[in-house]
Amino acid sequence: MPPASASMMPAPAFLRRVIVPILPARAVMLALLVATALAVPAIASDYWLNAILIPFLIMTLAGLGLNLTMGYAGQASLGTGAFMAAGAYATYNLLLRVPELPLPVSLVLGGLIAGMVGLVVGLPSLRIKGFYLVATTLAAQFLIEWVLNQYPWFSNYASSSTISAPRLAIAGYDLSRPGGRYLLTLGTVVLVTAVAWRLVRSQTGRIWMAVRDMDTAAAVIGIPVVQAKLKAFFVGATVCGIAGALWAFAYLGTVDARSFDLDRSFQVMFVIIIGGMGSLAGSFIGAAFIVLLPILLSHVAGIAFGGAIDGGQLQNLQHILFGGLIVWLLIHEPDGLSALASRLWRRLAARA
Amino acid sequence: MPDPILTLTDVSLAFKGIKAINALSFTVERGEICALIGPNGAGKSSLLNILNGVYRADSGEVVFEGERFTRIRPLQAARRGIGRTFQHAALFGKLSVLDNVLAGLTRHSRTTLVEHAFGVFRDASETADFRDRAEAILAFLDLSAHRDAIVSTLSYGVQKRVDLARALVGRPTLLLLDEPMAGMNQDEKRAMSAFIADARAEFGTTIVLIEHDIGVIMDLSDHVVVLDYGRKVGDGTPEAIRTDPAVIAAYLGTPH
Repeated sequence: MPPASASMMPAPAFLRRVIVPILPARAVMLALLVATALAVPAIASDYWLNAILIPFLIMTLAGLGLNLTMGYAGQASLGTGAFMAAGAYATYNLLLRVPELPLPVSLVLGGLIAGMVGLVVGLPSLRIKGFYLVATTLAAQFLIEWVLNQYPWFSNYASSSTISAPRLAIAGYDLSRPGGRYLLTLGTVVLVTAVAWRLVRSQTGRIWMAVRDMDTAAAVIGIPVVQAKLKAFFVGATVCGIAGALWAFAYLGTVDARSFDLDRSFQVMFVIIIGGMGSLAGSFIGAAFIVLLPILLSHVAGIAFGGAIDGGQLQNLQHILFGGLIVWLLIHEPDGLSALASRLWRRLAARA
Repeated sequence: MPDPILTLTDVSLAFKGIKAINALSFTVERGEICALIGPNGAGKSSLLNILNGVYRADSGEVVFEGERFTRIRPLQAARRGIGRTFQHAALFGKLSVLDNVLAGLTRHSRTTLVEHAFGVFRDASETADFRDRAEAILAFLDLSAHRDAIVSTLSYGVQKRVDLARALVGRPTLLLLDEPMAGMNQDEKRAMSAFIADARAEFGTTIVLIEHDIGVIMDLSDHVVVLDYGRKVGDGTPEAIRTDPAVIAAYLGTPH
């Protein structure tokens, strides 16, 4: 028999030795996810797109932003709402006042303006950390809300600082329908995730985590700690800003400054605490938990106790159950659902 | 021909009136291994902290590579080529061994945030170059097998070696080691001593280290400076120090 070469391998062996190693299970899953995500508008109802998938994706994006600042670089922040508001109002003004700019450009520029706000909000991190830093980011939260209400220019003199989505279109293709808004959001999330994935594996990400784990040693071994913290605030706030613009225009359509209040900041923080700090996948899982579980609970409760218990009471029960689940989860897995998922994954892989 | 890399003249440091270092002067020659010894509280760690900018001397002069340094901060010290390890390793706990070592290359990084985010321009070549340098140091310190382990899961002895790798990978001209062998058994100490001697031989790094084990110091160092209550009580070759009555007094507390 002549010496075997790759081209002469029988098909199953070729599959096993060549194709399978370059297509790890994760990549296959990712491809399946992308295919499903793209097929969704054809299958899903407008309710699914509007009430479930779009808010889930945007919360994921905001979670990604905060995760870069807080999960990777260790700089705790409750300024997420402020950054989202800055992104939404900046994008609104760009779309309104510079209509020549294509939508993606306005979206990115709006995000970068939010990033600038993040940079300023991050300045105290050079001197203080932990809960004290959280308190200073809180100030930004209130200041932004106040500024947007105080200076009506930002909302083009609309009453009570309300802004409404202009016509959403890319290269003449109208994105105003739920399917279009879903694809706009999905596309943004995919692109931002790809950039974030590169970033956290680069020297920048490594420096962020070094500052998070041991900032005194970081400076001594030659890491520019000040720069690292400010970059983390800038990049994180930029992503949150883009999420804010999508929240305003792709999800709600009409918002005012109160859509980005402290509750929103807390909600995003819960996304990454539950999903997993310092894990990109954690932002997705956490957002799914925060957005989907209440809906699931209300459906289940509606079916199970529909007529028996009155509506208000049922809602309270859901909140209690939701809170209880969070407590249970964090006791069992303080590193969040992503750690739980990767443990399960390893166990499955070991068994296979 | 003497070629001093580091000269201290009358350096003093006080904490709330208590003198940690009192008018200390000594010289470190290029390429030597200089050991700082002395009882606990003698001011050894404070001295290292002055040398890499964590503390600022109250008075006196520190000249490194012919340049006097005043108001130096840890980051600038690192950029000028002063490396450092820590008494308790102080690693980046959630990162792998490789990532800890790669972090030590930061002062050589020329790439920007944008290059990292989009993987453009010099990003790929620098990533490959850093990876090679890190792998070389891991191999040099016999750490390759631990490459992907999360450092907080490793034994103390291995963590100390990772700390050394993180400092060495940046190719410092002066390397400060704060008790590199603390808490190790004899075998581990012997191995660590060999790594330190090899590092000097391979890279020509000047090393200033703090150590308590006199046996290790006698074997490893070319030059010993003895501190007691912030003052210098001995300065010379290991042989000279061994027989110095002032040193014996400081160490053994003999009345004199």
